Amino acid sequence: MSAETFIILLYILILASYLGFELINKVPPTLHTPLMSGSNAISGITIVGAIIACNELGYLSVSKWLGMAALILATINVVGGYAVTDRMLKMFKKK
Amino acid sequence: MNIIIQLSYLIASILFIVGIKMLGRTKTARKGNMVSSVGMFIAILATVIQVEAISLVDILICIVIGSAIGLIIAQKVQMTKIPEMVALFNGFGGLASLAVALSDFWLNTQERGVAVDNITGISVALSILIGGITFTGSLIAFMKLSGSISGRAIVFTGQHLINLILLILSIGITVFALTDFSNPNYMIILGVLALVLGVLVVIPIGGADMPVVISLLNSYSGMAACATGFVLNNNVLIVSGALVGASGIILTQIMCKAMNRSLMNVLLGGFGQTSAAGGGQADGPQITVKEVGVEEAAQIFDSVSSLIIVPGYGMAVAHAQHVIRELSELCEKKGVNVRFAIHPVAGRMPGHMNVLLAEANISYDKLIEMDEINDDFANTDLVFVVGANDVVNPAAKTNPSSPIFGMPVLNVEKAQTVIVSKRSMGKGYAGIENELFGADNCLMLFGDAKQTITKLVGEIKEL
Repeated sequence: MSAETFIILLYILILASYLGFELINKVPPTLHTPLMSGSNAISGITIVGAIIACNELGYLSVSKWLGMAALILATINVVGGYAVTDRMLKMFKKK
Repeated sequence: MNIIIQLSYLIASILFIVGIKMLGRTKTARKGNMVSSVGMFIAILATVIQVEAISLVDILICIVIGSAIGLIIAQKVQMTKIPEMVALFNGFGGLASLAVALSDFWLNTQERGVAVDNITGISVALSILIGGITFTGSLIAFMKLSGSISGRAIVFTGQHLINLILLILSIGITVFALTDFSNPNYMIILGVLALVLGVLVVIPIGGADMPVVISLLNSYSGMAACATGFVLNNNVLIVSGALVGASGIILTQIMCKAMNRSLMNVLLGGFGQTSAAGGGQADGPQITVKEVGVEEAAQIFDSVSSLIIVPGYGMAVAHAQHVIRELSELCEKKGVNVRFAIHPVAGRMPGHMNVLLAEANISYDKLIEMDEINDDFANTDLVFVVGANDVVNPAAKTNPSSPIFGMPVLNVEKAQTVIVSKRSMGKGYAGIENELFGADNCLMLFGDAKQTITKLVGEIKEL
């Protein structure tokens, strides 16, 4: 990775972190659990990397197997995370 | 082609941001979760279309397996078990990030024989370290919460020294790895060190500190994804990882503040062990409590015009939330003003109590945060405490020698009458006596919360 690319990625990291702080600071405590499981699902974004890692060489390749294991784990994280968050939020009702 | 993929990632990132923003308001929260899942779908689709046709089958099989497992867990899990489930998913996310980084590293150094530059190498090491700690740390949190290992803090001498040595070793290994990337053993050793560290870091932390630990591990899983983004030079991983990392840190801070503890104090662990000894000496006179029977309690409920219910984790353990809804509806029908006071660390993760009460079909506008309701206790007729202990202990305000001194608590003792539903005189998590139980206006309603409240509801109906 070139130094220029690294700096750009660093910019992205810092700005996104700041945005994250700003976004979450105002969330009412009532929503903290769904927020956490919802953001937990987002952290499953590593699924993108897992798909790319699966796309390599044949079945004798260690990296392919690592990629496939990662893909299953990340998919559980993503699908389970979104599904359970939806299940919780469905219950939040005002009478 | 590449530009389309990059643009899709950009759209996905925007949808994540908008989704999180919408998750912050009760009205839009559900839609926000959907917006964010659409973002995820776009990111996945944009990645899948670029793979070779020959790998497509493998990828789809893995996705189908993962989706099935994820959906089953999400449908089956009980709301009391949400903290365990979030911990487990966190762990999976962390391990996935570790595996992706290691896979990419292996592909380049071992299978293609390409040299890896220092920035990428350090990113791989960070992914492995954070991902590994997240994985085993989350597993331990999961086991503590589900009760398969003791929830007590496990402490031994030299614990922190060992952790420190392991961390220094990890950094040392990374430096060695930088000198010779063709040798994958360094990264594998680093992975093992990270897994061991994850276990050691979480075992000294007691069960009731789990809200903090889960928030922090949530943050770690984001940081691991972020580090993997640096390995793969992938923007969407960095943006989403950073968002999650930041949100986890914020929630961690909120939890620590609610317990009047510093993050360091929680992480060093052992809380409840030392304090139990200290509290024992400070006790002095035994607290004498006044018991109340179900019939008498029913008469008190019948005579009041304002009621605040204070739920704690004990309510969830007894599965008493549905019968509490019955009780609150019954009282409302009699014209009583019923509200719920929610302490920020009630339950086993931030906001857990709200989810449990929402599941029991209790309107969310009845759930009042501590800061908003604390002044109202003084002009309330009756407070009903169910399965909460340390969060209603006045010693936190009055007794400087108490281990929980300084922790913000609910001012329940200011109410006219307090009834506490409790299984026995067992101590709270902090292992200390609760002065509230000995107060003149406090009555103890002993027994399993679900059974006693069911009887109570029956009695009130007959009045």
